[in-house]
Amino acid sequence: MIELKSVSKIYNKGRPNEFTALRSVSISIQLGKINVFKGPSGSGKTTLLSIIGCMARPSSGRIIFQDREIASLPERFLTEIRRKTFGFIFQHFNLIKGITVLENVMLPAYPEGITRSALKKRALDLLDLFDLSNKASSHIEWLSGGEAQRAAIARALINNPAVIIADEPTAHLDTKLSSEFMDAMHKLKKDGRTIVIASHDPIVYDSKHTDEVIAMRDGEVIPAGIRT
Amino acid sequence: MRKSDILFFIIILQLFSICLLALHAANEQEASLFRLMEKQELTRQFGLTDLCIVTEARYTRHPAVTDLHSAFQDAPMSFEHFPSGSFISPPLRWMREKHD
Amino acid sequence: MIEKQRYIIDFTISALLRRKGKNITLLVSYTLVVALLASVMFLTHSLRTEAAFVLQGSPPLIVQKLVAGRFDYIPVEYGKKIGAFRGVDSVKGRLWGYYFDSFTGANYTIMAFEEMSLAPGSITIGEGVARIRKIAVGDMFPVTNYRGETILFTVASVLSSSSSLVASDLILMPEKDFRSLFNISPAYVTDFAVTAGNARELPTIARKITKTLPDTRPILRDEILRTYDSLFSWRSGILIVILCSVIIAFLIFSWDRASGLSAEEKYEIGILKALGWDTSDVLMMKFWEGAAISLTSFLGGLVLAYVHVFFASTTLFTPVLKGWSVLYPDFRLVPAIDAFQVAALFFLSVVPYTVATIIPVWRAATIDPDTVMRAYR
Repeated sequence: MIELKSVSKIYNKGRPNEFTALRSVSISIQLGKINVFKGPSGSGKTTLLSIIGCMARPSSGRIIFQDREIASLPERFLTEIRRKTFGFIFQHFNLIKGITVLENVMLPAYPEGITRSALKKRALDLLDLFDLSNKASSHIEWLSGGEAQRAAIARALINNPAVIIADEPTAHLDTKLSSEFMDAMHKLKKDGRTIVIASHDPIVYDSKHTDEVIAMRDGEVIPAGIRT
Repeated sequence: MRKSDILFFIIILQLFSICLLALHAANEQEASLFRLMEKQELTRQFGLTDLCIVTEARYTRHPAVTDLHSAFQDAPMSFEHFPSGSFISPPLRWMREKHD
Repeated sequence: MIEKQRYIIDFTISALLRRKGKNITLLVSYTLVVALLASVMFLTHSLRTEAAFVLQGSPPLIVQKLVAGRFDYIPVEYGKKIGAFRGVDSVKGRLWGYYFDSFTGANYTIMAFEEMSLAPGSITIGEGVARIRKIAVGDMFPVTNYRGETILFTVASVLSSSSSLVASDLILMPEKDFRSLFNISPAYVTDFAVTAGNARELPTIARKITKTLPDTRPILRDEILRTYDSLFSWRSGILIVILCSVIIAFLIFSWDRASGLSAEEKYEIGILKALGWDTSDVLMMKFWEGAAISLTSFLGGLVLAYVHVFFASTTLFTPVLKGWSVLYPDFRLVPAIDAFQVAALFFLSVVPYTVATIIPVWRAATIDPDTVMRAYR
């Protein structure tokens, strides 16, 4: 279980441009399910995902992960948790230019120091899973939107994470690709992973694969029903 | 080939080149011993006190034994002071012959 | 651990290759700057080493006469007085001077030398004189005497090119010819070369000479070598001053390159951190970036400098070293490298650049990836 207790996040505290992104949010993320945070821009979805994924620290509140308080852990422990437990799919994909698709997929595993042959095989298997084997040596500039999306998912899986976090994953995809994305997430859920998505796309939060939808507005959670 | 391998290869190649040049230096030093002894002997024979590296001024051909910071390099009008006399030449018109 | 570093280096080189033009320019200019500085170092150290060795053959003590601080001819009588001091082995009068050849614009060093058994009217010349005058054994060499008359000398022999460094500009002739050429009385010589049975007594002898003949200046061989040390330091210093503008321009360029992080680079660091790279991994990446460029430039510069000085006879520096001299010896330097200087060059080039690459990254590497990505999105 991932639990957030009265988590707040204030950016630029004390400065003229101070901004409260999250206001005392308390939620529990259902493991092994597809959880979607829905809400308009500025509702705090991205910030919430960053905090869940240990990419940002809360200004106040607690985060309980596997019965462990993690909000105040030293940076290197958080980094290790982030690397081993969470796989990120960013809104703009954030694939690195100038290196191949294969290298992009392997990138999160570099700090692990696994032998190259083993890592390469793992990455190629993932690319194969997402029908990108023929694009392994390509640079990401040559990929279509859908291919980039699939490469980003493959990268998110390289360290075999328990939790996949996706921020507006369908923002740059058409309807067909958006549906395919949700099908892919469903497959990952069946593998035992937990999926956490932030989206204002109805294809995502109204998808038949989505288990829980949490509505957000102005940095606060609005209670909503759970789909069965 | 991995990019890190290429970098290592380049560095190793450079280090290898440096080793080869170090060997060359050692070899040259040994091979030049005779030449150097010959020069030393010549120095002894002629009673020379200085090397002939540059010849444009007295204080550079025989810096050890000529006037301390002497002038009169290529021209009598050169500056007395060291090292300005080495850098600034006297006005050319002073050095040309005057025709009435 | 090693595998992790290899991965980081793989990624670093990919990042460098993304900005190929700028980084290649940096690499090339860095290499050239190192090559220039190392060339100066190699040249001066080799010359200094060779001077120290070759001049071991120099007379251990030279005695000159000074008049109003200026070098003057010394009476032969003084030589007899010096010869009488205890410990003095031999006192030999030297006759030498300069001759300006208006035809070529070159300065020669002209010496009287009896031991070669040169016939009257014959000379032995250095390889540089033969080269600049385009003459060989048997040719005639005109010399203008003190009255403005041209005296023709026959070239009896040419000194070998291997003696270039000491004898390139020499003209050796019989003593009688020398004296008549320059109207020097037999009662005078240019200076005396003094030897002692025990070299350790030389300073004492020098003191005695100064006391007994106060208008003389004794010069010990060690002092000659020290003069060379300072001469080479001066010359290399001049070269470095000239190179300063190049060095400064390079420093500005490389500092800008190394210490500036573009928004794109900062964002990329945010991504790497978000993907699970530690702060230390990011810093390691920047370290390798700085080290890759500076180390390859440094090693390449050293190789280039060695080839420039010891194979190409320091072609680039010839105009500076030669100055206005028309006669420049055609010498090959014996390689002599001062490891301390090389180490100093390493610490002055590689270390600062590598540090300059890491420091600006510190902030981006240590703050939350979310903050970095938000700031540069």
